[in-house]
Amino acid sequence: MRFLNRSAGWVSRRRRGPLAGLAVLFLALLLTGGVYSAFSPGASAEETATSAEDIAKGRELFIVGCAYCHGSNGEGVLTQSGEQYGPPLIDVGAASVDFQVGTGRMPLAAPTQQAMRKPPVYSEEETRQLAAYVDSLGTGPAIPTVEDYTLPADLTEEEREEAISRGGQIFLTNCTACHNFDGSGGAMPRGGFAPTLRGVSAKHIYEALLTGPQSMPSFSNGNLSPSEKRDVIAYLKKTEQTPAYGGAGLGNLGPVSEGLFAWLVGIGGLVGFAVWIAAHTTRSSKKPRGAAATTE
Amino acid sequence: MSHHDEHLPAVPEEPIANPGLPEHVYRPTDVDDRAERRAERQVASLFMVSAVFTILFLVAYFSLDIKDNWATVGGLGASTVALGVFLGLALLCIGVGIIQWARKLMADHEMVEMRHPARSADEDREATLAALADGLEESGIGRRPLVRNSLFGAVGLLGLPAVVLLRDLGPTPSEVDDAATGKGLKHTLWGTRPSVRVVRDVVGTPIRPGDLAIGDLVNAVPDGLFDLHGLDLQVAKSKGAVVVVKMEPSEIKSTQAPEGDNWSYEGVLVFSKICTHVGCPISLYERTTHHLLCPCHQSTFDLADSAKVVFGPAHRPLPQLPLTVDEEGYLCARSDFVEPVGPSYWEREK
Repeated sequence: MRFLNRSAGWVSRRRRGPLAGLAVLFLALLLTGGVYSAFSPGASAEETATSAEDIAKGRELFIVGCAYCHGSNGEGVLTQSGEQYGPPLIDVGAASVDFQVGTGRMPLAAPTQQAMRKPPVYSEEETRQLAAYVDSLGTGPAIPTVEDYTLPADLTEEEREEAISRGGQIFLTNCTACHNFDGSGGAMPRGGFAPTLRGVSAKHIYEALLTGPQSMPSFSNGNLSPSEKRDVIAYLKKTEQTPAYGGAGLGNLGPVSEGLFAWLVGIGGLVGFAVWIAAHTTRSSKKPRGAAATTE
Repeated sequence: MSHHDEHLPAVPEEPIANPGLPEHVYRPTDVDDRAERRAERQVASLFMVSAVFTILFLVAYFSLDIKDNWATVGGLGASTVALGVFLGLALLCIGVGIIQWARKLMADHEMVEMRHPARSADEDREATLAALADGLEESGIGRRPLVRNSLFGAVGLLGLPAVVLLRDLGPTPSEVDDAATGKGLKHTLWGTRPSVRVVRDVVGTPIRPGDLAIGDLVNAVPDGLFDLHGLDLQVAKSKGAVVVVKMEPSEIKSTQAPEGDNWSYEGVLVFSKICTHVGCPISLYERTTHHLLCPCHQSTFDLADSAKVVFGPAHRPLPQLPLTVDEEGYLCARSDFVEPVGPSYWEREK
């Protein structure tokens, strides 16, 4: 007791000293860092974590990163005028979370017309935990497995070709309206756009089909069967590997980029040549021998 | 001719004396033999470089692989790129060489060409008219009505091939009345049998409404379409194609069903996929707004509100297909569309 009193007196006497503020700041930083490393889910997560632990960790992450818009129990948040601020996540399932968080579309910095693809904020482990938590809130499609979105390895070459060509037909019927003939994406109403499908992982394409992110209609398993989805993905991956036989595709965006190129580079080049043809050539102050007589 | 005019000075031929041409300034190639020879070598080398590119074009044509086994360069088809680049450069070098030739070496003296009035001389005009009149007179087109009229008839008849060719582009009004086979502008395959199933396009499988999730979009066609072939298949598909969407039943504001009737089934709605403006197939669907957007002219239809037009040049909503399920639980049509699908035509309202 006497020691405590004496220490308190010592602290109290020096609390206005020049270094006291720095010392307090240092202690506070140590404490914050210590607490963070103790509670941070990424730091202590293990591959062997049970599902219940995943859900608990996912909930912690959710409260910090998602609850502001989606509500602390994923029930969604309404604005004062009754519009949806963040949609409810009760029945979206794990696949939706894996897509939205795995492609960096969520978390959203601010509500915008369209969530953009960007480097993911959460690690794969954290994404898995978030998905586990949201999945526990209700029903909804699970994260697909590798077998779901890749053609079986034991197909003959002919069967593989057949699956890819069927996938192509399904793609041309169901997807090209928005994502363009080449999967390069296209414009949508009110400033939105259908993103390119090139360079998107097979898993994320499968999840997008399954859950219909943002404005995209969904292609649930009752709509487009898992094998049909798998064929579409096989077709898309095949077209990604196909070299551009016809030369540079200019983004394969069709008449927009091709027209821009023709008008700027093509006609611009012709104008340049016309200017060159009509321009004055270099002149000399000298006269040729014998010319003097004629000009006099 | 007043008294006043006589005191004015006579108007001279040219109000300002013609100053003539400025003194000619020569090009370096005109005054310097070395510059001239250099320009000559420049032009000749451009033509020779062009020849080299032409030969490279031939080499590329015969040496680079095409068809199933492409040679590629930087992910592009090597043959296409090489042929294009070499032929382009061969032509470019000839063009640049000719321009350089004209600018540096060809004659450079100024020329004067006086302006002439645009109107031809009176005697030329009279001669031309006389020649025309002679031609008409000698052809006897006025005196030989048989020849003249048969020529007019033959030229007029040349319009018919165009009519016949255009007629084959689509279903014709003469086919209108055959509801049993779905022929004509007013009928589709949906009305050819009682309860035609709604099947997925490409794969042809029937659809259970319970299998669809909220927000699903299915591009569908009438069952039996894939039994048709060739032109029949194309025509039937161009009229019978539909989009199937499923939404929360509470989000459906209205449907095209008459009072007391219900054309949707557990939130599933089926609409014609053919735009009522000029008939493009539409399937740009936004699940959040239930808007269906036509990519051709941006007509937008609100599927949750009887497919009414909310934007764009279309004037009529997309016709809705009356929907039910058959005894096996698959989606099927109760009848054909109650109005013709696709763009307007003259006899549509009759």
